[in-house]
Amino acid sequence: MDTMIKTPVADSAPRIARERPLKIKARNVDVYYGEKHAINDLSIDIPDSAVSAFIGPSGCGKSTFLRSINRMNDTIPSCRVTGNIEIDGRDIYDRTLDVVQLRARIGMVFQKPNPFPKSIYENVAYGPRIHGFARNKTDLEEIVVTSLKKAGLFEEVKDRLDHSGTSLSGGQQQRLCIARAIAVNPEVILMDEPCSALDPIATARIEELIDELRQNFCIVIVTHSMQQAARVSQLTAFFHLGNLVEVGDTDDIFTAPKDKRTQDYITGRFG
Amino acid sequence: MSDHIVKAYDEDLANLKTMLAQMGGLAEDHLAKAIEALARRDTKLADYVIAQDEKIDALELQLEERAILTIAKRQPMARDLREIMVAIRIASDLERIGDLAKNIAKRSHAISEALPRKLATGLTRMGRLSLEQLKDVLDAYTTTDDAKALEVWRNDGELDALYNSIFRELLTYMMEDPRMIGPCTHLLFGAKNFERIGDHATNIAENIHYLVSGQTMREERPKKDTTSTTTFDSLNER
Ligand SMILES: Nc1ncnc2c1ncn2[C@@H]1O[C@H](COP(=O)(O)OP(=O)(O)O)[C@@H](O)[C@H]1O
Ligand SMILES: [Mg+2]
Repeated sequence: MDTMIKTPVADSAPRIARERPLKIKARNVDVYYGEKHAINDLSIDIPDSAVSAFIGPSGCGKSTFLRSINRMNDTIPSCRVTGNIEIDGRDIYDRTLDVVQLRARIGMVFQKPNPFPKSIYENVAYGPRIHGFARNKTDLEEIVVTSLKKAGLFEEVKDRLDHSGTSLSGGQQQRLCIARAIAVNPEVILMDEPCSALDPIATARIEELIDELRQNFCIVIVTHSMQQAARVSQLTAFFHLGNLVEVGDTDDIFTAPKDKRTQDYITGRFG
Repeated sequence: MSDHIVKAYDEDLANLKTMLAQMGGLAEDHLAKAIEALARRDTKLADYVIAQDEKIDALELQLEERAILTIAKRQPMARDLREIMVAIRIASDLERIGDLAKNIAKRSHAISEALPRKLATGLTRMGRLSLEQLKDVLDAYTTTDDAKALEVWRNDGELDALYNSIFRELLTYMMEDPRMIGPCTHLLFGAKNFERIGDHATNIAENIHYLVSGQTMREERPKKDTTSTTTFDSLNER
């Protein structure tokens, strides 16, 4: 069944992919925006309980592929996705699959923190409430507090849960968005450049948080910072012009990448 | 390798290479002169080598500082990172080679003319061989020639073999005539120094391989120095 699949998936699988259970399996994925071919025949195995980083120059398709993992691309009319993406062995583009349910299993954090213009409490409570995760008010409170704690924000906001989410600093807002994402108990968390609007201290806090969360989640992060990818991830995938050029253990990619394009990109050379 | 988008980064790396080339040149020169001082019992030449060694030490410090600064400023990745790490390690090997050459120069006074010719010749042969290894490995570095580095790495066994035979022979001489113990000990240390220089050249070869391939050497080192297990009894058994 796997005979059609090309490298880098089949042979020389990264160590982290062999050590952890497989969470997301993509095979021969193509993504088009109208005529524009944004992702070209992409196959990758993404392990559970680990952080996978997508790196590559702007416009190479990182966000496009990330969005195809939670079917966010469905909301873009011109966008067409072909190929196969499975989470836990289940085809996520299966017609019988409930997209709302799918998105509840997959949290997403964006580049710009985007809290709702509501209280800190409501920002986190919203998801569990609409998905019917809490039986009563006490349940809900418990979920909100636990999520804020997991996101490392609780201590800073516990006295002002009724304040607006937008009154927080950028770094706090981003952690609020992470709390909001984990409140619905997802299995996968997708992060698209989550630190690019943050200062180094706020960035360090998010990175620390990502490192803690990786015990229990499958995390995929798009980042423009090579250092960040090297610091937080165990698997790194390098994208170039819509192609997945190289996937490997992060330790290998940043010390001895195999492909010249990867090498040129991460060392800051003219490609 | 294509250029960096930031030109100053290329200059930083080129600078490290230049400093390393200078260190290599000095180490080679000092070793050659130490061997000559030994062969001709030329004390003036020996003193020159002894006095010049601090130049290598200073260069190593300078290179290390520049390397650290480059790491801090550029946060090097992949080949660039290996390039810098390898430069630091090679600099340290060259500094040690300089020290060993200096030590040989110091001993050249004490290795007396009373020694049998054959032994002295063996020692200079070791010296020339270690110098060749050093030259070859420095060439391999400048041309980033992995195959050549590998050759140096494989050739190290020859130096070890020479050292073993000198060691055994020296023991025999010392047993036969206790008056020989003084000069023979100096000679033994001299031989050991050449053998150590060979080891440093081997280190450098391993680093070149790592630089080029990103892989560390897999094979077992061609270690043939068996002197640590040689006993007087085993000598008598021969
Ligand atoms: N909504 C869209 N409509 C049309 N083209 C798009 C859209 N989003 C992205 N693209 C194009 O697809 C390519 C990949 O974009 P993207 O996935 O955002 O790259 P990255 O995240 O790596 O910077 C780019 O050429 C971009 O212009
Ligand atoms: Mg993007």
